[in-house]
Amino acid sequence: MLNIFTDLLLTIASTVWDVVPIVVIIVGFQRLVLGKPLPNRKRLITGFILVLLGLAFFLEGLEAALFPLGRLMAQQLTDPAFIAGEDIDRVIGWWDYQWVYLFAFAIGFSTTIAEPSLLAVAIKANQVSAGSIGIWGLRIAVAIGVATGIALGVYRIITGTPLYWYIISGYVFVLIQTMFAPRMIIALAYDSGGVTTSTVTVPLVAALGLGLASTVPGRNPLLDGFGLIAFASLFPIMSVLAYAQLSEWRGKRSKETPT
Amino acid sequence: MESLKAIWTAVLDSVRDLLPIIVVIGFFQFAVLQQPIPNLGEIAIGVLFVVIGLTLFVQGLNMSLFPIGESMAYSFASKGSLFWLLCFAFALGFGTTIAEPALIAVAREAALIAANGNMIENSDQSMASYALGLRVTVAVSVGVAIMIGVFRIVLGWPIQYLIVIGYGGVVIMTVFAPPEIIGIAYDSGGVTTSTITVPLVTALGVGLASSIKGRNPMVDGFGLIAFASLTPMIFVMGYGMLV
Repeated sequence: MLNIFTDLLLTIASTVWDVVPIVVIIVGFQRLVLGKPLPNRKRLITGFILVLLGLAFFLEGLEAALFPLGRLMAQQLTDPAFIAGEDIDRVIGWWDYQWVYLFAFAIGFSTTIAEPSLLAVAIKANQVSAGSIGIWGLRIAVAIGVATGIALGVYRIITGTPLYWYIISGYVFVLIQTMFAPRMIIALAYDSGGVTTSTVTVPLVAALGLGLASTVPGRNPLLDGFGLIAFASLFPIMSVLAYAQLSEWRGKRSKETPT
Repeated sequence: MESLKAIWTAVLDSVRDLLPIIVVIGFFQFAVLQQPIPNLGEIAIGVLFVVIGLTLFVQGLNMSLFPIGESMAYSFASKGSLFWLLCFAFALGFGTTIAEPALIAVAREAALIAANGNMIENSDQSMASYALGLRVTVAVSVGVAIMIGVFRIVLGWPIQYLIVIGYGGVVIMTVFAPPEIIGIAYDSGGVTTSTITVPLVTALGVGLASSIKGRNPMVDGFGLIAFASLTPMIFVMGYGMLV
């Protein structure tokens, strides 16, 4: 019980250490190049301290509560003994992993909803679009994308098909969607691919990938354990583009049929 | 009284953000694996920490990272020096990536793979230098990405053309890169953008697009993160081919 508090102090220290370069760059450019003091300094520093403390609490809490359980769960669910069930001798096919697919989907969705950087981008997009992009609409669209991506990525590890097939066909699909999507969503959609995978999603998803790659026969954890993050950054682009197309289509239809 | 109410709403928001994870883990623990939750006390404190952390983070975001990113964008736009703006963009991308813990972990993993695949000598020293080289490569690629992204906002190019070029680059590099590096390269695109970088860079892009005449913050302001997750893939595959 005491551990968690000493760990918290350590996490605060390492978070501070991580942001030192950012602070140096901001202050350096502000002072030396722009030649101005920082605007609203008091508020800015308070805000920065809140961000640091918030991040440290967040990471420490995840490390103490959710990550160990999530990792253990990933191991247990991918354990051949669990997958084969009663009948140990039978051959395991890719369809025997249904709990793993469901777990991949659910954990991808739920960790994305809790991802702070996605929340930040959603808040900004909501401000910039004057409310026409909903914070929750964007977050749920991205979360569905990540969930689908990770579930498909798990299928890829289980079947052992090459990663680049999926990624390259994903690219082609995204490009086709881009041609038809409303112009204002395109940049945001591409961005949402990058923001989804940080503090919460990566550790849990990496555990799932490594767990699978080391238990599925014929897979090499060093080679096949990677690639889930790539799925998690590609599929949100598709789901956000689709979300924008859908809302545009619905908007048009409601205009055509006056109620 | 008003501020107390605001804090309470913020805490409730964080609880709601976290609820899906708790439901998922709870469901799999009880219904699928059919096991009790170990160390319930520690987990309760951890969840409390996560809620506090998320609440503080969102409060601080609107007070610090968003305003500083935007105010610097305005200052650079009114100063009118593209050179210094691009320098700042590169420094921000490079500086925030080089120390990124997720990247350090991936680089170490990659060095292990390279040593096992006999791409480099299997010694601590050569593995450490391989990992460091990889980190510098990724950091440079993110710096270049933010720089290109800022340049695009200034000139108002449509983002999809640059993305097509980037995707083309990834596909071409995939053909030539050693197979061991491909998975790491694809993943490295996702791990580079940290929780502090994302709001800062987003505010910078949106601020630039709103302070330059003829740019629309929605159409032109986003997209910096997209480049930052694309270029590392190309650069890391290039690194795998050279080393």
